[in-house]
Amino acid sequence: MSLVKQYRHTVAVDGLTLTAARGEVTSLLGPNGAGKTTTIEICEGYRQADGGTVQVLGLDPARDARALRPRVGVMLQAGGVPPAVPAGEYLRLLSRFHAHPLDPTELLARVGLTAVARTPYKRLSGGQQQRLSLAAAVIGRPELVFLDEPTAGMDPQARHATWDLIREMRASGATIILTTHFMEEAERLSDQVAIIDHGQLVAAGTPAELCGGAGQLRFRAETGLDTDGLLSALPDGSLAKESPAGHYIIEVPDGISPQLLASVTAWCAEHGVLPTSLRIESRTLEDVFLELTGRELRP
Amino acid sequence: MTAAAAGVDGAPTASAAESEFTPAPGAAPLPRMIAAQTAMETRTLLRNGEQLTVTMLIPLGLLAMFSLEPVVNLGGGSRVDFLAPGIIALAVMSTAFTSQAIATGFERRYGVLKRLGATPLSRAGLISAKTATVVIIELLQAAIITGVATGLGWRPHATALAFLTAPLLVLVGTAAFSGLALLMAGTLRAEATLALANLIYIVLLGLGGVVFPLTKFPAAARPFLTLLPTGALATGLRAVLANAAGIPVRDLVVLAVWAVVTIGLAARTFRWE
Repeated sequence: MSLVKQYRHTVAVDGLTLTAARGEVTSLLGPNGAGKTTTIEICEGYRQADGGTVQVLGLDPARDARALRPRVGVMLQAGGVPPAVPAGEYLRLLSRFHAHPLDPTELLARVGLTAVARTPYKRLSGGQQQRLSLAAAVIGRPELVFLDEPTAGMDPQARHATWDLIREMRASGATIILTTHFMEEAERLSDQVAIIDHGQLVAAGTPAELCGGAGQLRFRAETGLDTDGLLSALPDGSLAKESPAGHYIIEVPDGISPQLLASVTAWCAEHGVLPTSLRIESRTLEDVFLELTGRELRP
Repeated sequence: MTAAAAGVDGAPTASAAESEFTPAPGAAPLPRMIAAQTAMETRTLLRNGEQLTVTMLIPLGLLAMFSLEPVVNLGGGSRVDFLAPGIIALAVMSTAFTSQAIATGFERRYGVLKRLGATPLSRAGLISAKTATVVIIELLQAAIITGVATGLGWRPHATALAFLTAPLLVLVGTAAFSGLALLMAGTLRAEATLALANLIYIVLLGLGGVVFPLTKFPAAARPFLTLLPTGALATGLRAVLANAAGIPVRDLVVLAVWAVVTIGLAARTFRWE
């Protein structure tokens, strides 16, 4: 029942089950080689799954490609634009493939490429190339857009402009599925996040669900505090660790309460420790991601 | 199960705000897509210096050089009358084979074909556009070569039938060369296609009866040389344009066989990514 894609010696997608709701932004997160692009490319109709079923807008991407192509916008991870073709000309070409396209000149302005409209794709910067590919994905006013690492190589300005564009598309009723390595991006944009690793779904939910309500108390102090001693002053099931040196993190099962904060500061006062940069925050998506997928580098 | 995308079937969210991004998907009519793709490919080729060298400069340069200077003894008769049909054959090869193989090979390499596969333009539409582009460039070449050759004193010795047979030879030759181009571009690495396409261009230029008459080759080799696509096209064009021949059946059959075999193989082996 679940999706499988096997290459000669490796299983890229291994029993993945995942639903993205219409009208929402769904982000696929995962380390390099986790199977994000393979999954997306199966949905785009580029690859055939070796097992399982895929439905895109209720259709089979392999069998119903002709019906799906006008309705689905695609941004590949890299390339796809003829190197010698100017940015403006490429968008005009793609606009001619669609029945009700966006105006290519306005869209070019929207993604900040008006000044390089006559510049061949190969002479655009990496971020500009990404913006052109993004514009190409949305020019046909698709119902569903697949964006494979849309903001890779973009400067912060372009990244924020891209986020605005994605939000506006969502508000207009489009469905967006993206992959990203930027946790902040997933956190800000997504209705649903799916973390995949080794071709399997590791976790899924809204960013708030994934980050959990428990929260953390963090502070800085001299290195080598007696965290075991500190723990004995806290409720059962609490966690206290020093990571990295001089940075302390405290997690408790029931969430950080005013009493807990008082217990920690009382313990510090007793031991003559002045905690600085003390703050209470929820876990970030990045914390959750690293917890689920580990810290070791991927090949 | 649903592996991705698609919350079943409901209409887009009711709360969606109207904006320019409000989904309004739909494919354009096929002729409009093909025309747009053809215009883009034609512009790209005409802006590419290397492609223009192969398709325009080399044929015209050879025509002028060999017409004006007795570099090669072409036997009796006007040199340009002998050369012009061969140069037209060379022009067809340069556009339908060399230029198309190299361009398509690099489009595959750069993911251009992959990305086009996600647009409403179908593969049949894309191939139609590529064919139309080749024909447009060939018409340009024919006009320029005919003009220059006429200026150099070309006077075709042809029957009225040549108005039919010469375009027919060019058409079948274009199919044969395109098949060969797509066979290479769809299977080899882009760099290998580039090197091999240029090599074959030079070899067939030498052996194909373009500027060196096939009568200069050993008698035993001649039947094989006229089985090469360039040899068949040059021989056929020369027969109808310089020797007022009727229908060059043998050359047409040779080209048709090349076309059927190469297009058939290309269709089976072409990898879009």
